Amino acid sequence: MIADLQQLEKDALAELKEAGAEDSILAIRTKYLGRKGLLTSLLRNIAQVPIDEKPLFGKRCNEVKELLETKIEEALKSQAQNKKEEILARDKIDVTLPGRGVRPGRVHPVVQIRREICDIFASFGFSVVEGPEVEWDYYNFEALNIPQDHPARDMQDTFYIEDNMVLRTHTSPVQVRIMEKVNPPVRILSPGRVYRPDSDVSHTPMFHQIEGLLVDQGISFADLKGILTAFLKKVFGDDTLLRFRPSFFPFTEPSAEVDIRCVICRGKGCRVCGQSGWLEILGSGMVDPAVFKNVGYDVEVYSGFAFGLGLERIAMLKYGISDIRLLFENDIRFLKQF
Amino acid sequence: MLVSLKWLKDYIDLELTAQELADRLTMTGLEVDAIKAVAHKFSGVVVAKISSVRPHPGADKLSLCDVTDGTKTYPVVCGARNINAGDIVPLAKIGAVIPGGYTIKSTVLRGEKSDGMLCSESELEIGDDASGIMHLPTGLTLGIPLETALNLGDTVLDVSITPNRSDCLSMIGMAREIAALTGKKIKMPVLKIKESVEDISSLSSVSIVDADLCPRYSARMIKNVKIGDSPIWMKTRLEAAGLRAINNVVDVTNFVMLEMGQPLHAFDFRFLEEGRIVVRKSKTGEVFVSLDEKSHILPDDSVLICDGKKPVAIGGIMGGLNSEVKDDTQVIFLESAYFNPSSIRRSSRRLAMPTDAAFRFERGIDPEGVIRALNRAAQLIADLSGGSICKNYIDEYPKKIKAVENIPLRLDRIREIIGTAIAVKDVVRTLKSIGMIVRQGGKGKYLVTPPTYRVDIEREIDLIEEVVRLYGYDHVPVTLPAVSVTEMASIPRLDLEERVRQLLIGSGYSEIINYSFTSAASVDYLCLPQEDERRNFVVIKNPLTEEQSVMRTTMAYGLLESLKKNINNASFNLKIFEIGRVFLKLKAGELPEEKNILAGLLSGKASEDLWGAKANVDFYDLKGSLENIFYDLKLEQCRYRAEISEPFLHPGQSCGVYENETRIGYLGQAHPDVMQKMDIRGAAYLFEINLDLLVQQIKQQISYKEISKFPAVTRDVAFVIPASMEAEKMLEIVLSQREDLLENVVIFDIYVGKSLGEWAKSVGLRFSYRAFDRTLTDTEINSIHDKIVHNTVRLTGAKIRT
Repeated sequence: MIADLQQLEKDALAELKEAGAEDSILAIRTKYLGRKGLLTSLLRNIAQVPIDEKPLFGKRCNEVKELLETKIEEALKSQAQNKKEEILARDKIDVTLPGRGVRPGRVHPVVQIRREICDIFASFGFSVVEGPEVEWDYYNFEALNIPQDHPARDMQDTFYIEDNMVLRTHTSPVQVRIMEKVNPPVRILSPGRVYRPDSDVSHTPMFHQIEGLLVDQGISFADLKGILTAFLKKVFGDDTLLRFRPSFFPFTEPSAEVDIRCVICRGKGCRVCGQSGWLEILGSGMVDPAVFKNVGYDVEVYSGFAFGLGLERIAMLKYGISDIRLLFENDIRFLKQF
Repeated sequence: MLVSLKWLKDYIDLELTAQELADRLTMTGLEVDAIKAVAHKFSGVVVAKISSVRPHPGADKLSLCDVTDGTKTYPVVCGARNINAGDIVPLAKIGAVIPGGYTIKSTVLRGEKSDGMLCSESELEIGDDASGIMHLPTGLTLGIPLETALNLGDTVLDVSITPNRSDCLSMIGMAREIAALTGKKIKMPVLKIKESVEDISSLSSVSIVDADLCPRYSARMIKNVKIGDSPIWMKTRLEAAGLRAINNVVDVTNFVMLEMGQPLHAFDFRFLEEGRIVVRKSKTGEVFVSLDEKSHILPDDSVLICDGKKPVAIGGIMGGLNSEVKDDTQVIFLESAYFNPSSIRRSSRRLAMPTDAAFRFERGIDPEGVIRALNRAAQLIADLSGGSICKNYIDEYPKKIKAVENIPLRLDRIREIIGTAIAVKDVVRTLKSIGMIVRQGGKGKYLVTPPTYRVDIEREIDLIEEVVRLYGYDHVPVTLPAVSVTEMASIPRLDLEERVRQLLIGSGYSEIINYSFTSAASVDYLCLPQEDERRNFVVIKNPLTEEQSVMRTTMAYGLLESLKKNINNASFNLKIFEIGRVFLKLKAGELPEEKNILAGLLSGKASEDLWGAKANVDFYDLKGSLENIFYDLKLEQCRYRAEISEPFLHPGQSCGVYENETRIGYLGQAHPDVMQKMDIRGAAYLFEINLDLLVQQIKQQISYKEISKFPAVTRDVAFVIPASMEAEKMLEIVLSQREDLLENVVIFDIYVGKSLGEWAKSVGLRFSYRAFDRTLTDTEINSIHDKIVHNTVRLTGAKIRT
């Protein structure tokens, strides 16, 4: 009987080794360990085992049973593992194919610059204001101390709608409209489209400006320098060199043109800066008393400064765009780069 | 203004290099745009003397010359006629290079040896004269290089003079400014008028009819002039300043204008009828021919300089052809006047004659410099043309031009405006350095009188600007303002724009910016009917092109144009949007209505990936983008109404967009006719939303509703309805039954197929039921659901699809 048991153990292990699929492993279990299985039948025949061999036979039977159970369990596990791996292997994909879904679009570069500038000035406490793009001559010129028949009008060629109505040539008229309504302190920023009849690689008949105005008691030219220096260093970097030089705008006095060290040649002189090493970035100045008088501010109590800059110019410098007209051609190959 | 440094040195000693000078000027408000070196364009040309001239034996038109450079004599064959023995001429020796890159070689011309070339002005590009060999002044050392002999070569600064600084539109003005920067003294030209005995008053007179337009008119007469070329020194100076030399009289008037800033005019006296001048206003429609031979129809209020009978010049702008100086002119009537600046500007604009004279008069010349310039020019004309100056001058000055005097200047105010204190002595010294008279006017106060040429200085702030400009902006400290804390109301629409921009960018749209102006034909392309308000254009009076001649009234046309351009560049898949304004003309005399619009366009493939989905975009892609926006803004009342459409949209694939019964825009497919007219391939879907209206609909109040802990149960039903019936109608009918336990109903399937018949479609609705306080039982749900389905069938005539 013991010999039978040993043969059974040997056969079972050999069969298990050959078994591949889950089915055949389960069949082996049934064949040996099932209720009518071979090992079960052997155990059932324990009566025929001589009495003195009975304990040993029983013990061996249990040992074989345990061994087979463990081995079958292992075989099932490993078979399941193989099957999983097979599926994983089968499901392998080409990870280099492009992903699916909507690619975000791009914000127009001029708008990106506008956002950046508005954000910086918002942190200085400036609020954004707006005004009409088709504007009265009065707001665009007269109220800003640019009378009819004054040579200062040559500084800005103008599109006319009616004799006294124009496409605004700058966003400065918004200042006047706000000051007419609000008493100081005033800290405003007016971004928007402006228009001048001019078209070449550095001019388009429509472009964007941001105009800023700060009016309060005791505002000085030194403050103008302070705010604009802080602003330009934020836009162009802390190591940007600046210079303020005297200029003329009818609505400010004293007036200053602000230049930065050429970002292309770093001051050596190049085509972009016209060999001067400097780039004109913005115009600014202390609000002319004539403007304050036009809006009814007391020039002895309040002072302030204003500044204006063209967004396209900054976008061109920051992104290395050589022809301003590209900004309004709306070629998607251009826009996607920003 | 072009400033020749060589010329400048006539009035001031310059120790700075051109670059240093340019930097100093730029940093005090006279921006130097460019520094140009003006070099002679030849080498190896020397001063020589013709020793003899004889005809060429083999050619009628050639002469044989012996030319000496003082040490050697060269045989030269010459084709010019204007040469005689003894003439001093430029000789290009063998090896010389003349403009155009020609190298002079020893040659034989018709059998005669020629070892050099005699040159004309134009051959050497010194001047325009090509009529013959250039004649040099006697007294030059023979053999020295021509450029040395004539002092050629110069550096010219291109200075941009701001409109306020009319005083710098002259060499002396520039010299004055440089004197203030460098502390050098300025050297004024010495005036020595040698007058003849004949008094001008016996020959001529001036009467001013309109003193407002012409407050001052002065004149001198020079007799027996001989018109000819100006000397080289004058020609090179004029050319450096960008003017062409004409003759020794006209050149003087230009030279003195450039030197002193006073425009002048020389008349040929023989053409002045009755020998007198009358200054009057023009009459509308008067015709006048200026000396550039152009005919002008005058506006009604130009200054007209007339003789006893007829106009002879447009005052301050240009002289007339009928009285210009000619080659045989003998008597010069020289005008130096002061004209009303705004009148000159108005006339020069209206006549489109932006002359150098008008440029100076409209900016304001020195009213007290009129006579000095008159005398200077008279003297130069007499010197250069051999004429004699008549005794005395005419100075009609009926209306005294008021000079500004004693402007109060407070030291405190300087500190307040600049933000730093400048020492009293520096303030005073600075003002004096630019010709101001400074008097003490009380404690901390001065009274300042500017020189008459500084017409821009009228107020205290003008003086402060001068002080800080010369003090140097660099020396002003950098401070941050201590500002009162205030808040200006923000503009909600701008926040909305930013939010919408983000959403569209996230949905794959790129932002474009089109010009706000467009072509008047744009609305024809869009097939807008005659009565459409979008035909009420704001028209630009002076457009650059027809394509930019009116302000846009819709963004649709610009979007379609952008699509077309991109398709031409082989970018077929386009997702773009623009945020901007449209302009509707209201009544004349009113500003137009400006509406803030969001507009977008879709065309091409729905997805960029080429290996996956390949479907083209359709109406629902665009609608989905808009719905995203409204969802984000929590606008739940949005309706899409098919009955409202635009003429430029596909009638079956477009709708009006409504929020709370307000039409805020449209969306739809561009009409195939429009696409064909605009020559655009494929299909395009576009929308416009009025942001001013949209922003009014936003009510951002979020109030949390508690979530049920109990499960929802869904039931799906497919209703067969007529194909023309809108699916949304089904939802409305279901919801109109107001069943509390119906948590939600959505469309989950649309089916159209042969089995349903041609005119029907199946709309699958998924009903979702849930109670807040309990789990619903099947019986409960079935009874509610059956009731809703039954009512829906009854109200719509739908059939249940099984």
